[in-house]
Amino acid sequence: MADITIPERIPINLVVNGERRALELTPWTTLLDALRDRLELTGTKKGCDHGQCGACTVLVNGRRVNSCLTLAVMKDGAEITTIEGLAKDGALHPLQQAFIDHDAFQCGYCTPGQICSAAGLLAEGRARDADEIRELMSGNLCRCGAYPNIVAAIEQAMSRS
Amino acid sequence: MNNFQYSRASEVADALRLLDADPGAKLIAGGTNLIDLMKENVERPSRLIDISRLPLRDIEETADGGLRIGALVPNSDLAYHPLIEQRYPLLASAILAGASAQLRNMASVGGNLMQRTRCAYFYDTTTPCNKRSPGMGCSALDGLNRNHAILGTSTSCIATNPSDMSVALAALGALVHIAGRTGKRTIALTDFHRLPDDKPHLDTNLGSGEIITAIELPPQRFARNYRYLKIRDRLSYAFALVSVAAAVELEGNAISEARLALGGVAHKPWRTPEAEAALRGQAATPDHFGRAADLLLQGATARSHNGFKIELARRAVVRALIQATSTTPQSQARKKIA
Repeated sequence: MADITIPERIPINLVVNGERRALELTPWTTLLDALRDRLELTGTKKGCDHGQCGACTVLVNGRRVNSCLTLAVMKDGAEITTIEGLAKDGALHPLQQAFIDHDAFQCGYCTPGQICSAAGLLAEGRARDADEIRELMSGNLCRCGAYPNIVAAIEQAMSRS
Repeated sequence: MNNFQYSRASEVADALRLLDADPGAKLIAGGTNLIDLMKENVERPSRLIDISRLPLRDIEETADGGLRIGALVPNSDLAYHPLIEQRYPLLASAILAGASAQLRNMASVGGNLMQRTRCAYFYDTTTPCNKRSPGMGCSALDGLNRNHAILGTSTSCIATNPSDMSVALAALGALVHIAGRTGKRTIALTDFHRLPDDKPHLDTNLGSGEIITAIELPPQRFARNYRYLKIRDRLSYAFALVSVAAAVELEGNAISEARLALGGVAHKPWRTPEAEAALRGQAATPDHFGRAADLLLQGATARSHNGFKIELARRAVVRALIQATSTTPQSQARKKIA
Protein backbone atom coordinates (compact mmCIF):
# COMPACT_ATOMS: atom_id res chain seq x y z
CA MET A 1 0.00 0.00 0.00
CA ALA A 2 1.25 3.44 -0.85
CA ASP A 3 2.59 5.51 1.99
CA ILE A 4 0.21 8.43 2.02
CA THR A 5 0.70 11.16 4.58
CA ILE A 6 -2.21 13.47 5.06
CA PRO A 7 -0.84 16.85 6.08
CA GLU A 8 -2.22 18.60 9.10
CA ARG A 9 -4.60 21.42 8.43
CA ILE A 10 -2.72 24.67 8.70
CA PRO A 11 -4.16 27.46 10.85
CA ILE A 12 -4.22 30.87 9.18
CA ASN A 13 -5.77 34.27 9.76
CA LEU A 14 -7.25 36.45 7.08
CA VAL A 15 -8.89 39.84 7.33
CA VAL A 16 -11.79 39.44 4.93
CA ASN A 17 -13.79 42.56 4.11
CA GLY A 18 -12.54 44.12 7.34
CA GLU A 19 -13.38 41.14 9.54
CA ARG A 20 -10.75 38.86 11.08
CA ARG A 21 -11.36 35.22 10.11
CA ALA A 22 -9.44 32.26 11.52
CA LEU A 23 -9.32 29.15 9.33
CA GLU A 24 -7.68 25.73 9.34
CA LEU A 25 -6.99 24.67 5.80
CA THR A 26 -5.29 21.93 3.83
CA PRO A 27 -2.39 23.49 1.94
CA TRP A 28 -3.96 22.84 -1.47
CA THR A 29 -7.04 24.96 -0.71
CA THR A 30 -7.11 27.92 -3.05
CA LEU A 31 -8.12 31.32 -1.77
CA LEU A 32 -11.14 31.05 -4.07
CA ASP A 33 -12.32 27.80 -2.48
CA ALA A 34 -11.63 29.12 1.02
CA LEU A 35 -13.77 32.20 0.33
CA ARG A 36 -16.63 30.33 -1.30
CA ASP A 37 -16.73 27.03 0.57
CA ARG A 38 -15.42 27.93 4.03
CA LEU A 39 -16.43 31.56 4.47
CA GLU A 40 -19.58 31.28 2.33
CA LEU A 41 -18.66 34.38 0.35
CA THR A 42 -20.02 33.11 -2.94
CA GLY A 43 -19.95 36.47 -4.70
CA THR A 44 -16.48 35.60 -5.98
CA LYS A 45 -17.02 33.25 -8.91
CA LYS A 46 -15.21 30.18 -10.17
CA GLY A 47 -15.05 30.43 -13.93
CA CYS A 48 -12.16 28.63 -15.62
CA ASP A 49 -10.26 27.89 -12.37
CA HIS A 50 -7.02 28.39 -14.35
CA GLY A 51 -6.40 32.13 -14.22
CA GLN A 52 -7.66 32.73 -17.73
CA CYS A 53 -11.08 34.34 -17.20
CA GLY A 54 -10.73 36.68 -14.20
CA ALA A 55 -14.11 35.76 -12.63
CA CYS A 56 -12.31 34.93 -9.37
CA THR A 57 -10.56 38.31 -9.08
CA VAL A 58 -10.31 39.68 -5.53
CA LEU A 59 -8.08 42.26 -3.87
CA VAL A 60 -5.26 40.96 -1.66
CA ASN A 61 -3.70 43.78 0.36
CA GLY A 62 -5.33 46.14 -2.15
CA ARG A 63 -3.95 44.44 -5.28
CA ARG A 64 -6.08 42.52 -7.74
CA VAL A 65 -5.17 38.85 -8.11
CA ASN A 66 -6.71 35.63 -9.43
CA SER A 67 -7.89 33.85 -6.27
CA CYS A 68 -8.09 30.52 -8.15
CA LEU A 69 -4.29 30.46 -8.56
CA THR A 70 -3.60 31.59 -4.99
CA LEU A 71 -3.06 29.14 -2.15
CA ALA A 72 -4.88 30.45 0.90
CA VAL A 73 -2.13 29.33 3.31
CA MET A 74 0.33 31.58 1.49
CA LYS A 75 -1.85 34.61 2.29
CA ASP A 76 -1.80 34.13 6.07
CA GLY A 77 -2.22 37.60 7.61
CA ALA A 78 -3.41 39.28 4.41
CA GLU A 79 -6.34 41.63 3.93
CA ILE A 80 -8.79 40.31 1.37
CA THR A 81 -11.53 42.37 -0.26
CA THR A 82 -14.25 40.58 -2.22
CA ILE A 83 -17.29 41.94 -4.04
CA GLU A 84 -19.22 41.60 -0.75
CA GLY A 85 -16.85 44.09 0.88
CA LEU A 86 -17.07 46.97 -1.60
CA ALA A 87 -20.34 48.62 -0.54
CA LYS A 88 -19.91 50.87 2.49
CA ASP A 89 -22.65 51.80 4.99
CA GLY A 90 -25.37 50.61 2.69
CA ALA A 91 -24.10 52.66 -0.27
CA LEU A 92 -22.92 50.93 -3.41
CA HIS A 93 -19.29 51.32 -4.40
CA PRO A 94 -19.03 53.85 -7.29
CA LEU A 95 -18.05 50.98 -9.60
CA GLN A 96 -21.13 48.96 -8.61
CA GLN A 97 -23.33 51.99 -9.31
CA ALA A 98 -21.53 52.64 -12.59
CA PHE A 99 -22.06 49.03 -13.74
CA ILE A 100 -25.79 49.47 -13.08
CA ASP A 101 -25.89 52.90 -14.76
CA HIS A 102 -24.23 51.53 -17.89
CA ASP A 103 -25.92 48.12 -17.98
CA ALA A 104 -22.42 46.65 -17.91
CA PHE A 105 -23.48 42.99 -17.70
CA GLN A 106 -25.94 40.52 -19.06
CA CYS A 107 -25.75 37.20 -17.19
CA GLY A 108 -23.68 38.78 -14.42
CA TYR A 109 -21.40 35.83 -13.76
CA CYS A 110 -18.19 37.73 -14.59
CA THR A 111 -19.38 40.92 -12.87
CA PRO A 112 -17.90 40.46 -9.36
CA GLY A 113 -14.52 39.75 -10.94
CA GLN A 114 -14.89 42.65 -13.36
CA ILE A 115 -15.73 45.05 -10.53
CA CYS A 116 -12.95 43.85 -8.21
CA SER A 117 -10.50 44.02 -11.12
CA ALA A 118 -11.69 47.55 -11.95
CA ALA A 119 -11.24 48.52 -8.28
CA GLY A 120 -7.65 47.29 -8.54
CA LEU A 121 -7.20 49.21 -11.79
CA LEU A 122 -8.43 52.45 -10.19
CA ALA A 123 -6.06 51.97 -7.26
CA GLU A 124 -3.12 51.36 -9.62
CA GLY A 125 -3.80 54.69 -11.37
CA ARG A 126 -2.28 53.54 -14.67
CA ALA A 127 -5.29 53.77 -16.97
CA ARG A 128 -6.02 57.22 -18.37
CA ASP A 129 -8.36 56.51 -21.28
CA ALA A 130 -10.54 53.82 -22.84
CA ASP A 131 -7.64 52.15 -24.68
CA GLU A 132 -5.72 51.75 -21.45
CA ILE A 133 -8.81 50.50 -19.59
CA ARG A 134 -9.34 47.87 -22.29
CA GLU A 135 -5.70 46.76 -22.11
CA LEU A 136 -5.56 46.66 -18.31
CA MET A 137 -8.91 44.84 -18.04
CA SER A 138 -7.94 42.15 -20.57
CA GLY A 139 -7.64 39.58 -17.78
CA ASN A 140 -11.42 39.67 -17.30
CA LEU A 141 -13.49 37.92 -19.93
CA CYS A 142 -17.21 38.55 -20.47
CA ARG A 143 -18.79 35.88 -22.65
CA CYS A 144 -21.97 37.95 -22.99
CA GLY A 145 -19.82 40.59 -24.64
CA ALA A 146 -20.71 43.54 -22.43
CA TYR A 147 -17.25 45.00 -22.97
CA PRO A 148 -18.26 48.45 -24.36
CA ASN A 149 -20.54 49.03 -21.37
CA ILE A 150 -17.93 47.74 -18.92
CA VAL A 151 -15.41 50.23 -20.31
CA ALA A 152 -18.00 53.02 -20.10
CA ALA A 153 -18.79 52.11 -16.47
CA ILE A 154 -15.13 52.16 -15.50
CA GLU A 155 -14.63 55.48 -17.28
CA GLN A 156 -17.51 56.90 -15.23
CA ALA A 157 -16.08 55.62 -11.94
CA MET A 158 -12.63 56.86 -12.93
CA SER A 159 -13.88 60.36 -13.73
CA ARG A 160 -15.60 60.58 -10.34
CA SER A 161 -12.77 59.18 -8.23
CA MET B 1 -4.39 18.91 -7.45
CA ASN B 2 -2.40 16.27 -5.53
CA ASN B 3 -1.98 16.39 -1.76
CA PHE B 4 1.33 17.91 -0.69
CA GLN B 5 3.19 19.15 2.34
CA TYR B 6 3.66 22.88 2.86
CA SER B 7 6.69 24.66 4.31
CA ARG B 8 7.34 28.36 4.60
CA ALA B 9 10.93 29.57 4.23
CA SER B 10 12.03 32.79 5.89
CA GLU B 11 15.63 32.87 4.61
CA VAL B 12 17.26 31.68 1.38
CA ALA B 13 19.25 29.14 3.43
CA ASP B 14 15.96 27.68 4.76
CA ALA B 15 14.64 27.23 1.26
CA LEU B 16 17.86 25.53 0.14
CA ARG B 17 17.79 23.20 3.15
CA LEU B 18 14.16 22.26 2.52
CA LEU B 19 14.92 21.64 -1.17
CA ASP B 20 17.79 19.34 -0.25
CA ALA B 21 15.68 17.42 2.24
CA ASP B 22 12.89 16.52 -0.21
CA PRO B 23 13.74 15.67 -3.82
CA GLY B 24 10.05 16.00 -4.78
CA ALA B 25 9.76 19.52 -3.40
CA LYS B 26 9.19 22.62 -5.50
CA LEU B 27 9.58 26.29 -4.73
CA ILE B 28 6.50 28.50 -4.98
CA ALA B 29 6.39 32.30 -5.14
CA GLY B 30 3.56 33.81 -7.24
CA GLY B 31 2.31 30.35 -8.18
CA THR B 32 0.56 31.52 -11.34
CA ASN B 33 2.05 28.79 -13.51
CA LEU B 34 2.80 26.09 -10.93
CA ILE B 35 -0.71 25.97 -9.40
CA ASP B 36 -2.19 25.81 -12.89
CA LEU B 37 0.10 22.89 -13.80
CA MET B 38 -0.75 21.17 -10.51
CA LYS B 39 -4.45 21.47 -11.29
CA GLU B 40 -3.72 19.70 -14.58
CA ASN B 41 -1.67 16.99 -12.79
CA VAL B 42 1.35 17.94 -14.91
CA GLU B 43 3.24 18.95 -11.76
CA ARG B 44 2.80 16.77 -8.66
CA PRO B 45 5.21 18.08 -6.02
CA SER B 46 5.47 16.24 -2.69
CA ARG B 47 6.04 19.55 -0.95
CA LEU B 48 5.71 23.21 -1.76
CA ILE B 49 8.31 25.50 -0.24
CA ASP B 50 6.74 28.94 0.06
CA ILE B 51 9.49 31.45 -0.74
CA SER B 52 7.15 34.42 -1.12
CA ARG B 53 8.33 35.91 2.19
CA LEU B 54 12.07 35.75 1.49
CA PRO B 55 13.79 39.16 1.55
CA LEU B 56 14.33 39.32 -2.23
CA ARG B 57 12.12 42.28 -3.13
CA ASP B 58 14.61 45.13 -3.57
CA ILE B 59 15.55 46.98 -6.74
CA GLU B 60 19.00 48.51 -6.22
CA GLU B 61 21.52 50.36 -8.34
CA THR B 62 24.77 48.46 -8.86
CA ALA B 63 28.24 50.02 -8.64
CA ASP B 64 28.67 50.00 -12.43
CA GLY B 65 25.41 51.84 -13.12
CA GLY B 66 23.16 48.84 -13.68
CA LEU B 67 20.27 47.54 -11.58
CA ARG B 68 19.90 44.48 -9.39
CA ILE B 69 16.33 43.22 -9.14
CA GLY B 70 15.31 40.84 -6.37
CA ALA B 71 13.81 37.58 -7.62
CA LEU B 72 10.55 38.14 -5.75
CA VAL B 73 9.73 41.57 -7.19
CA PRO B 74 6.27 41.17 -8.76
CA ASN B 75 6.18 41.61 -12.54
CA SER B 76 3.88 44.64 -12.29
CA ASP B 77 6.07 46.37 -9.69
CA LEU B 78 9.07 45.88 -11.94
CA ALA B 79 7.34 47.21 -15.07
CA TYR B 80 6.07 50.28 -13.21
CA HIS B 81 9.25 51.00 -11.21
CA PRO B 82 10.46 54.52 -12.07
CA LEU B 83 14.03 53.34 -12.73
CA ILE B 84 12.79 50.64 -15.11
CA GLU B 85 10.39 52.99 -16.88
CA GLN B 86 13.10 55.61 -17.35
CA ARG B 87 16.21 53.52 -17.95
CA TYR B 88 14.99 50.18 -19.34
CA PRO B 89 11.69 50.93 -21.09
CA LEU B 90 12.21 47.88 -23.36
CA LEU B 91 11.89 45.66 -20.28
CA ALA B 92 8.84 47.55 -18.96
CA SER B 93 7.16 47.25 -22.35
CA ALA B 94 7.86 43.52 -22.65
CA ILE B 95 6.49 42.80 -19.17
CA LEU B 96 3.32 44.78 -19.88
CA ALA B 97 2.85 42.82 -23.12
CA GLY B 98 2.55 39.62 -21.10
CA ALA B 99 -0.28 37.99 -19.12
CA SER B 100 -2.98 40.10 -17.42
CA ALA B 101 -2.84 42.81 -14.77
CA GLN B 102 -3.88 40.28 -12.09
CA LEU B 103 -1.23 37.75 -13.10
CA ARG B 104 1.47 40.43 -13.29
CA ASN B 105 0.56 41.44 -9.73
CA MET B 106 1.10 37.87 -8.56
CA ALA B 107 3.98 36.57 -10.70
CA SER B 108 7.55 37.09 -9.50
CA VAL B 109 10.56 37.91 -11.65
CA GLY B 110 12.23 34.60 -10.79
CA GLY B 111 9.00 32.71 -11.46
CA ASN B 112 8.66 34.38 -14.84
CA LEU B 113 12.04 32.88 -15.79
CA MET B 114 10.88 29.46 -14.53
CA GLN B 115 7.49 29.36 -16.27
CA ARG B 116 7.00 26.35 -18.47
CA THR B 117 5.86 26.02 -22.06
CA ARG B 118 2.19 26.40 -22.96
CA CYS B 119 2.43 23.57 -25.54
CA ALA B 120 -1.05 21.99 -25.40
CA TYR B 121 0.43 18.48 -25.41
CA PHE B 122 2.60 19.27 -22.39
CA TYR B 123 -0.62 20.20 -20.55
CA ASP B 124 -2.67 17.25 -21.84
CA THR B 125 -1.68 14.25 -19.72
CA THR B 126 -3.51 11.88 -22.11
CA THR B 127 -0.97 12.54 -24.90
CA PRO B 128 2.74 11.64 -25.08
CA CYS B 129 5.17 14.46 -24.26
CA ASN B 130 8.92 14.16 -23.76
CA LYS B 131 8.98 17.28 -21.63
CA ARG B 132 6.41 15.90 -19.21
CA SER B 133 7.37 12.21 -19.43
CA PRO B 134 10.84 11.74 -20.94
CA GLY B 135 11.00 9.04 -23.61
CA MET B 136 7.26 8.97 -24.35
CA GLY B 137 7.56 10.86 -27.64
CA CYS B 138 6.45 14.26 -28.88
CA SER B 139 2.84 14.72 -29.97
CA ALA B 140 3.49 18.17 -31.41
CA LEU B 141 5.93 17.02 -34.13
CA ASP B 142 3.07 15.80 -36.31
CA GLY B 143 0.21 17.33 -34.36
CA LEU B 144 -1.26 20.80 -33.99
CA ASN B 145 2.03 22.68 -34.03
CA ARG B 146 0.95 26.11 -35.23
CA ASN B 147 2.32 27.75 -32.06
CA HIS B 148 5.55 25.79 -32.00
CA ALA B 149 9.22 26.49 -32.46
CA ILE B 150 11.03 27.14 -35.73
CA LEU B 151 14.55 27.56 -34.33
CA GLY B 152 16.74 25.34 -32.16
CA THR B 153 14.26 22.46 -32.22
CA SER B 154 15.08 18.79 -31.78
CA THR B 155 13.33 15.57 -32.73
CA SER B 156 12.34 15.30 -29.05
CA CYS B 157 10.59 18.64 -28.58
CA ILE B 158 9.43 21.71 -30.51
CA ALA B 159 7.98 23.62 -27.55
CA THR B 160 8.54 27.36 -27.13
CA ASN B 161 9.41 29.39 -24.07
CA PRO B 162 6.36 31.57 -23.34
CA SER B 163 7.99 34.49 -21.49
CA ASP B 164 7.93 38.04 -22.86
CA MET B 165 10.11 39.40 -20.05
CA SER B 166 12.92 36.97 -20.85
CA VAL B 167 13.10 38.15 -24.47
CA ALA B 168 13.77 41.72 -23.34
CA LEU B 169 16.21 40.50 -20.68
CA ALA B 170 18.09 38.52 -23.33
CA ALA B 171 18.37 41.58 -25.57
CA LEU B 172 19.52 43.75 -22.67
CA GLY B 173 22.26 41.29 -21.68
CA ALA B 174 20.83 40.57 -18.22
CA LEU B 175 22.51 38.29 -15.69
CA VAL B 176 20.86 35.75 -13.39
CA HIS B 177 22.13 35.44 -9.80
CA ILE B 178 21.73 31.97 -8.33
CA ALA B 179 22.29 30.55 -4.86
CA GLY B 180 22.88 26.89 -4.05
CA ARG B 181 24.05 24.84 -1.10
CA THR B 182 27.63 25.09 -2.29
CA GLY B 183 27.62 28.82 -2.95
CA LYS B 184 26.52 31.49 -5.38
CA ARG B 185 26.98 31.80 -9.12
CA THR B 186 25.97 34.20 -11.87
CA ILE B 187 25.11 33.28 -15.45
CA ALA B 188 23.96 35.20 -18.50
CA LEU B 189 20.21 35.15 -19.09
CA THR B 190 20.93 33.76 -22.56
CA ASP B 191 22.62 30.76 -20.89
CA PHE B 192 19.85 30.31 -18.31
CA HIS B 193 17.29 28.70 -20.60
CA ARG B 194 18.40 25.78 -22.75
CA LEU B 195 17.51 24.19 -26.07
CA PRO B 196 15.57 20.93 -25.87
CA ASP B 197 18.07 18.56 -27.57
CA ASP B 198 17.35 15.09 -26.13
CA LYS B 199 16.48 16.40 -22.65
CA PRO B 200 13.42 18.59 -23.13
CA HIS B 201 12.30 17.94 -19.54
CA LEU B 202 15.04 20.41 -18.56
CA ASP B 203 13.88 23.95 -19.38
CA THR B 204 16.81 25.72 -17.74
CA ASN B 205 20.34 25.22 -16.45
CA LEU B 206 19.22 25.90 -12.86
CA GLY B 207 20.29 22.99 -10.66
CA SER B 208 17.67 21.06 -8.70
CA GLY B 209 19.03 22.42 -5.42
CA GLU B 210 19.37 26.03 -6.58
CA ILE B 211 17.28 29.17 -6.30
CA ILE B 212 17.26 32.39 -8.34
CA THR B 213 18.01 35.33 -6.03
CA ALA B 214 18.18 38.27 -8.45
CA ILE B 215 18.37 39.52 -12.03
CA GLU B 216 21.00 42.08 -12.91
CA LEU B 217 20.72 44.61 -15.71
CA PRO B 218 23.96 46.00 -17.17
CA PRO B 219 24.50 49.76 -17.44
CA GLN B 220 23.70 49.96 -21.17
CA ARG B 221 20.03 50.86 -21.23
CA PHE B 222 18.79 51.48 -24.80
CA ALA B 223 16.29 53.92 -23.33
CA ARG B 224 15.70 55.85 -26.55
CA ASN B 225 15.60 53.47 -29.52
CA TYR B 226 13.80 50.29 -28.56
CA ARG B 227 10.73 48.25 -29.41
CA TYR B 228 9.01 45.20 -27.97
CA LEU B 229 6.71 44.05 -30.75
CA LYS B 230 4.42 41.15 -29.92
CA ILE B 231 2.35 39.41 -32.60
CA ARG B 232 -0.47 37.21 -31.34
CA ASP B 233 -3.92 35.88 -32.20
CA ARG B 234 -5.74 38.48 -30.09
CA LEU B 235 -4.53 41.92 -29.16
CA SER B 236 -4.05 41.39 -25.44
CA TYR B 237 -3.67 38.57 -22.93
CA ALA B 238 -2.34 35.95 -25.34
CA PHE B 239 1.01 34.28 -25.80
CA ALA B 240 3.20 35.42 -28.66
CA LEU B 241 3.21 33.74 -32.03
CA VAL B 242 6.33 35.81 -32.58
CA SER B 243 7.77 38.64 -30.53
CA VAL B 244 10.78 40.86 -31.09
CA ALA B 245 12.88 42.82 -28.64
CA ALA B 246 14.86 45.34 -30.67
CA ALA B 247 17.23 47.94 -29.22
CA VAL B 248 19.73 50.12 -31.02
CA GLU B 249 22.01 53.06 -30.44
CA LEU B 250 22.27 55.54 -33.28
CA GLU B 251 24.91 58.01 -34.31
CA GLY B 252 23.11 60.13 -36.84
CA ASN B 253 21.44 57.55 -39.06
CA ALA B 254 24.13 54.93 -38.43
CA ILE B 255 23.66 52.05 -36.01
CA SER B 256 26.50 51.92 -33.47
CA GLU B 257 25.07 49.15 -31.29
CA ALA B 258 22.21 46.71 -31.87
CA ARG B 259 20.37 44.03 -29.94
CA LEU B 260 17.78 41.66 -31.33
CA ALA B 261 15.98 38.82 -29.59
CA LEU B 262 13.01 36.76 -30.70
CA GLY B 263 10.29 35.22 -28.54
CA GLY B 264 7.72 32.57 -29.43
CA VAL B 265 10.06 30.84 -31.87
CA ALA B 266 12.34 28.65 -29.74
CA HIS B 267 12.82 26.86 -26.42
CA LYS B 268 14.65 29.99 -25.22
CA PRO B 269 14.87 33.65 -26.21
CA TRP B 270 16.62 33.61 -29.59
CA ARG B 271 19.58 35.92 -30.04
CA THR B 272 22.55 35.53 -32.38
CA PRO B 273 25.77 37.57 -32.57
CA GLU B 274 25.71 37.45 -36.42
CA ALA B 275 22.42 39.35 -36.78
CA GLU B 276 23.54 42.09 -34.41
CA ALA B 277 27.00 42.36 -35.98
CA ALA B 278 25.34 42.83 -39.39
CA LEU B 279 23.59 45.95 -38.10
CA ARG B 280 26.58 47.65 -36.44
CA GLY B 281 28.05 50.42 -38.54
CA GLN B 282 25.18 50.25 -41.05
CA ALA B 283 22.64 52.88 -41.96
CA ALA B 284 19.24 52.39 -40.35
CA THR B 285 17.40 51.23 -43.47
CA PRO B 286 14.82 48.50 -44.05
CA ASP B 287 17.29 46.67 -46.34
CA HIS B 288 19.79 46.34 -43.54
CA PHE B 289 17.03 45.34 -41.14
CA GLY B 290 15.94 42.61 -43.53
CA ARG B 291 19.47 41.26 -43.79
CA ALA B 292 19.73 41.13 -39.99
CA ALA B 293 16.37 39.34 -39.84
CA ASP B 294 17.58 36.76 -42.36
CA LEU B 295 20.70 36.13 -40.28
CA LEU B 296 18.68 35.84 -37.07
CA LEU B 297 16.36 33.33 -38.74
CA GLN B 298 19.11 31.32 -40.38
CA GLY B 299 18.37 27.61 -40.00
CA ALA B 300 14.67 28.14 -39.24
CA THR B 301 12.62 25.06 -40.04
CA ALA B 302 8.88 24.56 -40.04
CA ARG B 303 6.61 21.64 -39.19
CA SER B 304 3.20 21.15 -40.78
CA HIS B 305 1.38 24.19 -39.33
CA ASN B 306 3.98 26.76 -38.26
CA GLY B 307 5.70 27.65 -41.52
CA PHE B 308 4.03 31.08 -41.46
CA LYS B 309 6.12 31.99 -38.43
CA ILE B 310 9.33 32.26 -40.46
CA GLU B 311 8.09 35.07 -42.71
CA LEU B 312 6.10 36.57 -39.82
CA ALA B 313 9.24 36.73 -37.69
CA ARG B 314 11.23 38.27 -40.55
CA ARG B 315 8.63 41.00 -41.05
CA ALA B 316 8.28 41.56 -37.30
CA VAL B 317 12.04 42.10 -36.96
CA VAL B 318 12.02 44.65 -39.78
CA ARG B 319 9.03 46.48 -38.34
CA ALA B 320 10.45 46.44 -34.80
CA LEU B 321 13.72 47.93 -36.06
CA ILE B 322 11.89 50.59 -38.09
CA GLN B 323 9.89 51.52 -35.00
CA ALA B 324 12.93 51.41 -32.71
CA THR B 325 15.05 53.61 -34.95
CA SER B 326 12.22 56.11 -35.48
CA THR B 327 11.33 56.25 -31.73
CA THR B 328 7.75 55.20 -32.36
CA PRO B 329 5.62 55.59 -29.21
CA GLN B 330 5.67 52.34 -27.27
CA SER B 331 2.51 51.88 -25.17
CA GLN B 332 1.23 48.29 -25.22
CA ALA B 333 -2.30 49.76 -24.89
CA ARG B 334 -2.19 51.33 -28.36
CA LYS B 335 -3.11 48.69 -30.88
CA LYS B 336 -3.02 50.67 -34.10
CA ILE B 337 0.05 50.14 -36.26
CA ALA B 338 2.31 53.16 -36.03
